[in-house]
Amino acid sequence: MTIEQLSVFVENKSGKLVQVLKTLGDAGIDLRAMSIADTSDFGILRLIVDEPGRAHDILRAAGYVVILNNVLPLAIDDAPGSLAGVLGALSEAAIGVEYVYAFVAHGGNRAHVILRTTDDKLAASVLKARGVAFVPAGEILRAPQ
Amino acid sequence: MILQRYYQPEIERMSYDEMKAIQDGRLSEQVAHVYKNVAYYRKLMDDKGVAPEDVKSTEDLRKLPFLTKDDLRDAYPYGLLAVPLHDAVRIQSTSGTTGRRVVAFYTQEDINLWSECCARAIVAAGGTSDDVVQVCYGYGLFTGGPGLDGGSHKVGSLTLPMSSGNTERQIQFMCDLETTILCCTPSYAAYIGETVDEMGARDKLKLKAGIFGAEAWSEEMRRGIEAKLGLKAHDIYGLTEISGPGVSFECCEQTGLHVNEDHFIAEIIDPATGEVLPYGEKGELVFTSITKKAFPLLRYRTRDICVLTRESCSCGRTLVKMSRLMGRTDDMLIIRGVNVFPSQIETVLISSGFQANYQLIVDRVNFSDTLEVRVELTPDMFSDTVRKLEDRGRELRDKLKSMLGLYAKVTLAEPKSIARSEGKAVRVIDKRKI
Repeated sequence: MTIEQLSVFVENKSGKLVQVLKTLGDAGIDLRAMSIADTSDFGILRLIVDEPGRAHDILRAAGYVVILNNVLPLAIDDAPGSLAGVLGALSEAAIGVEYVYAFVAHGGNRAHVILRTTDDKLAASVLKARGVAFVPAGEILRAPQ
Repeated sequence: MILQRYYQPEIERMSYDEMKAIQDGRLSEQVAHVYKNVAYYRKLMDDKGVAPEDVKSTEDLRKLPFLTKDDLRDAYPYGLLAVPLHDAVRIQSTSGTTGRRVVAFYTQEDINLWSECCARAIVAAGGTSDDVVQVCYGYGLFTGGPGLDGGSHKVGSLTLPMSSGNTERQIQFMCDLETTILCCTPSYAAYIGETVDEMGARDKLKLKAGIFGAEAWSEEMRRGIEAKLGLKAHDIYGLTEISGPGVSFECCEQTGLHVNEDHFIAEIIDPATGEVLPYGEKGELVFTSITKKAFPLLRYRTRDICVLTRESCSCGRTLVKMSRLMGRTDDMLIIRGVNVFPSQIETVLISSGFQANYQLIVDRVNFSDTLEVRVELTPDMFSDTVRKLEDRGRELRDKLKSMLGLYAKVTLAEPKSIARSEGKAVRVIDKRKI
């Protein structure tokens, strides 16, 4: 039901983001999805990659502050209003959204959404009850054909 | 034409020989008083093999042991009190510095003499009993407010005990009551100047003089404040350990500060060897209180670097003059008038779960000091949500504020991003041009 996400602390300085991505690229880590949350001083780079454990160790060894945590990978209809519906269900259950980012899946008519809430466990059961599909980890991590 | 006025002309214009005779007499009495009543200092003298009878004149001063801030800490709180509680009537303290807090005691007469010292400063800045003196130094434990307040009362000026803050109200009072003399820190004076501009109140001001101290400032800053507020800006120097503001003050010449040497004997020493240096040489300023009874420090090392000169001054005062401060011998920073030691910030960081790797960046923006604390983030403090990271920063900022009494911007940095030289982190980057 969940998938591992890498979060990397990045100072808000030019070239910092490139450094992180280059470190991963050089090690042959493939990015599947990415989002950045930024403030005026720092950013948090969030990544879904094909080998999260190895990516974590590589970045750690390179001196980055990096953590692995679980997020909810949803597959929702690629149609207007479908994300609003999902988030509305959470709001009704008084679950807060910490962040959400979407990326288009390869093929098919579904969009993939990465979701982090104030209570992921509860969110998962609320969404499941509503019939929202979860993306199997393998599907996201598999390289495109 | 500048009218030269003095609060106590007989002292302020006294010949050097007369002054020295006064100092000699008061010094030997003071040493006897301290030796008799302060066990802590008696031991220092005994260890050095100096008896009270050995100190008969200012030439003998160098026989006496120094006191440092460490001694004050060791003797905290009552170890250096030289009178019975019965005679002590007041406590003042240095700006909230845990571990290095200094409390100083005063008898009623000590307060009286301190007020006279401040009165000399006010009169030297042109103050009379017809003036309206607005004191925007903090009142309370900080010596700034009580010191100038006492001085203003001595002069007989109408005293506005405003304390610091609420700038618009300060300016409102300034305009309504036609304040003529402003007392505050130079950075606050500059800030008032900016706010006066914003309020369009420049034409309503009746200010003629300012008495600005408790932090180092540049000549450029002085000219800026003078232009903005339409007054003549005078420096004033002091420290809680010795009494507070009014240890020395600037006259109309604005070329240094006259030391009230009938109360405080000033020496300049080589900070490395403790050797006394002649007039004109740069070194650490040392003070000996010769009239204060409750908390009489002998040869107290201020850690301030400056030069003493004894030349005739166009104002007519004969009191020895100290230059503008040129630096510190320790790592103490003075930020918006508040004493800050990097070690205090370190303590806060560690108690908040941060690593001791940090950097302090001090700057002066629009004549006001800013402090930024850069601290390296560790994996266990990191979170994937911005909110939790910002909470970390905010908690730290609040703790620093309650510890230092000062707002600091907290910046979270990547590990090992703080520059190190020879393996040691460069802790302080002071960008202020003073």
